[in-house]
Amino acid sequence: MAEEISAPVGVANVDHAGSDDNYLNHGKGILSWLFTLDHKRIGVMYLVAILSSFFLGGVFAMLLRSELWTAGQTIMTADTYNKMFTLHGAVMIFLFIIPGIPATLGNFVLPLMLGAKDVALPRLNLASFWLWLTGASFAVVSIIVGAVDTGWTFYTPYSTTTGTAVISMTLGAFILGFSSIFTGLNFIVTIHKMRPEGMTWFRMPLFLWGIYSTAIIQVLATPVLGITLLLLVAERALGVGIFDPALGGDPVLYQHFFWFYSHPAVYIMILPAMAIMSELISTFSGKHIFGYRFIAWSSIAIALLSFLVWGHHMFTSGQSGLTNMIFSALTFSVAIPSAVKVFNWLATMYKGSIRLAAPMLYALSFLFLFAIGGLTGLFLGSLSTDIHLHDTYFVVAHFHYVMFGGTVIAFLGGIHYWWPKIFGRMYSERWAQLSALLIFVGFNLTFFTQFVMGSHGMPRRYYNYLEQFTPYHQASTVGSFILALGFLIMAGYLLHSLVRGEKAPANPWGAATLEWETTSPPAYYNFKHDMRAGDPYDLDALRFEPSLGGYVRRDPSSVLATTEGVE
Amino acid sequence: MNEHGDSFVHIASVKLLLVVWIALMFGTWLTVSASTVDLGFLNIWVGLAIATGKAVLVALYYMHLRWDKPFNALVFLGAFFFLFLFIGFAMMDTAHYQPDLIPGYSPGMVGGS
Amino acid sequence: MADHGHDRGDGLRVEHHFENADQQYQSAKLGMWIFLGTEILFFGGLFVAYSVYRANHPEVFVFGHHFLDKGLGALNTVILICSSLTAAWAVRAAQLRQIGMLKLMLTLTMLCAFGFMGVKTVEYNSKWKHGLLWAGSYEPHLDHTDPATDLIHNEDFEDGGDIEGVDAVETDESGTADVESAPTDTDRSAIDPAAVGPPGLAGPEPEAEGEEALEIEPANAQVYFSIYFLMTGLHGIHVLAGIGAFIWLLLCARRGDFDTGHFTRVDMVALYWHVVDLIWIYLFLLLYLI
Repeated sequence: MAEEISAPVGVANVDHAGSDDNYLNHGKGILSWLFTLDHKRIGVMYLVAILSSFFLGGVFAMLLRSELWTAGQTIMTADTYNKMFTLHGAVMIFLFIIPGIPATLGNFVLPLMLGAKDVALPRLNLASFWLWLTGASFAVVSIIVGAVDTGWTFYTPYSTTTGTAVISMTLGAFILGFSSIFTGLNFIVTIHKMRPEGMTWFRMPLFLWGIYSTAIIQVLATPVLGITLLLLVAERALGVGIFDPALGGDPVLYQHFFWFYSHPAVYIMILPAMAIMSELISTFSGKHIFGYRFIAWSSIAIALLSFLVWGHHMFTSGQSGLTNMIFSALTFSVAIPSAVKVFNWLATMYKGSIRLAAPMLYALSFLFLFAIGGLTGLFLGSLSTDIHLHDTYFVVAHFHYVMFGGTVIAFLGGIHYWWPKIFGRMYSERWAQLSALLIFVGFNLTFFTQFVMGSHGMPRRYYNYLEQFTPYHQASTVGSFILALGFLIMAGYLLHSLVRGEKAPANPWGAATLEWETTSPPAYYNFKHDMRAGDPYDLDALRFEPSLGGYVRRDPSSVLATTEGVE
Repeated sequence: MNEHGDSFVHIASVKLLLVVWIALMFGTWLTVSASTVDLGFLNIWVGLAIATGKAVLVALYYMHLRWDKPFNALVFLGAFFFLFLFIGFAMMDTAHYQPDLIPGYSPGMVGGS
Repeated sequence: MADHGHDRGDGLRVEHHFENADQQYQSAKLGMWIFLGTEILFFGGLFVAYSVYRANHPEVFVFGHHFLDKGLGALNTVILICSSLTAAWAVRAAQLRQIGMLKLMLTLTMLCAFGFMGVKTVEYNSKWKHGLLWAGSYEPHLDHTDPATDLIHNEDFEDGGDIEGVDAVETDESGTADVESAPTDTDRSAIDPAAVGPPGLAGPEPEAEGEEALEIEPANAQVYFSIYFLMTGLHGIHVLAGIGAFIWLLLCARRGDFDTGHFTRVDMVALYWHVVDLIWIYLFLLLYLI
């Protein structure tokens, strides 16, 4: 009896049910990592790579915020400043946030949530990772040989005529695009073909609905970015003239091409974050998720609607009045499914038993920050106000609230939620709470001031500014340093947990999805038994077992398959 | 003949392959001939219709969609749907901003657009 | 390194993470169809460029397509259709374990692909010879005794006014516009009020109608060739990739990989190849015929 409780259900009654022989130490040496087909190892490698990119992008951010401490030159020339904001944007978007949650947490958790042994196409998964490395190398080379100063959007005609290293950076982004496409492809196939017994579409964890919707966008939108960047390279290298008015081309066409991908791309960023939110809110409210089907369908709706609104980035570009109106109306519609999710999360929390563990602190931050970010998007989506706000700091604040306050915050919540599963260690809750507080305060100080600045007319990407904006810029810069401190502390306690952290039980939080039915960290084969899915939010099916410091199933057989694998 | 796991995989007959091939050849001849006749603005639509007919034959029979899981076809058609969305919006915009263009202001514009 | 699964006994290898061979096969198939969807959108961008430019400047396309040899285009179409036949037949052969037939069909498909690239080379060569390249390199040397270019009379280019992109200086009755340098501050004051723009670089109005109109090169004819090279170039790269894939399949066949009836690889490559054919069907129509 005791033996059944001590080992998680998925690997119960096997010799190495303990966490000593697990995927981290199964196979030694760097080659066993670089050539692995194990989705967990690939996920961890991505995590390291992506967090490094976040650090790099953050360095560029700190540099540019420091420059903006005073109007005029502070620590760098105007040309260098242009490169700083371009690199901050390009690194953060292409290297960090687009691969972001799907490549790291998605790769690690998705097969586990399906009770599967791996993703459907493990070699393609490894190829995705190598492509990421290759694309990132091109980006780094670009930075070294003189970087880019066009803004991350690479608008023509400047991007086709500037002397900076546009080709290497765009080729890097092109290659990264394929990494993204292959990841999305893999996830779609895995979710379609490898769900376990009992897991119909509407018994899937909502995390998977979010990842699936993200994958749809990755697969449909990214190829258009590919051709756009290829055309840009051809324009620079061969002078094909497709965007050059002197040769009969059209620079606004570039913007249509670019935004057809880049708008859906922002939903690639936010959908996985929302996916994580559903898991966090339910688990830490001790309550079944409210409105499961609404949340599931809203993910799909966001994915599809996201393709219909790209023109809202081009209201002032010379687009026709009719087109402007249509895109504005559609932009308002895409806000609705997002709102549906927020209301359902709030309803989930209502009368729940809230635990303010670190992941929940991030989830609550998300609700507040994403609400602000999302609502300010409406200001930008309405034509008359956008004329005033386009290309001001209002836009910068808006997208930082949704991308950082939304995606990054949820990503941090997810990292803190699944950290025990991935590494088998618990981190210090105290330091995590401090870090979360610093990040929340720092973030708001950095970016809320930018809303105000922007509505007063401070343009974005400007090196110089009028004296009246100095207090706002300085407040924003101070905020960025507080943010940096919060992240440094986070790096500290997370790394510390790897060597000194308390060993994690299989299910520290009491969640009902299948990844918690295996050891922390999991064995390389994930599950010894074939798993069966129950209701992923039936939290009452679990109880706290003090001797383990974690949760166990009241009825272990409920998640074991009734038919052993068909050979 | 069932060679794969539990499901029956359709194997195309030689006759089917050749019949489709003949249809594709005919379609090619038809489209070339149609292009020699001046039908005004209809030329492009007739051409597109024939090309699409050929594409459907290739997709259904050579690519096995006829006997495949419908979802595979949905995926393929979905891609076309989004492509048409893109083309549609781009062309609508370009048609509608013509009146805003200043005659002779950019290279390539002859007189009044 | 993870183990690679087990042999099913009849030689069919099922990866360790799949429950059975059918799940494995269907997963591969779905994966390939999704990839083909991405290819449609990848090429689709160029079709968007084509549509937008053609809608705005149909005369450029009507003019440009006369320089393409319909016969060679039709030949290429026939070649690719035959290659689709042989590719589909190769799948059948692999399914039936007819290894000899499989190798024959793979070889024929590859030969068709080579043939296609050969015809493409001839066409590209002719364009290059006549200077009919993409916009940045567009320097037409049109000779009215040459059947490929006899639509154009030499008079149009006697004064050396061939289009050379940014450096072009067009002179005509309506005035001149020098675009060799961007306007400086002093130039701006000389720009007419917005309602009446400067004359621009537009060439002379096309004469009358009918055949005569074709003999006059419309303004920005080079856009046609940019689009032509981008579309056929990208397609050609995909044909080359296909050739690589078929070489790989032939090597696999020689090694005996398909002796057990495991035909998934052939099926997947054939699917890719059919899409290459599909795209050409549309390219042939849009670039050569209309």
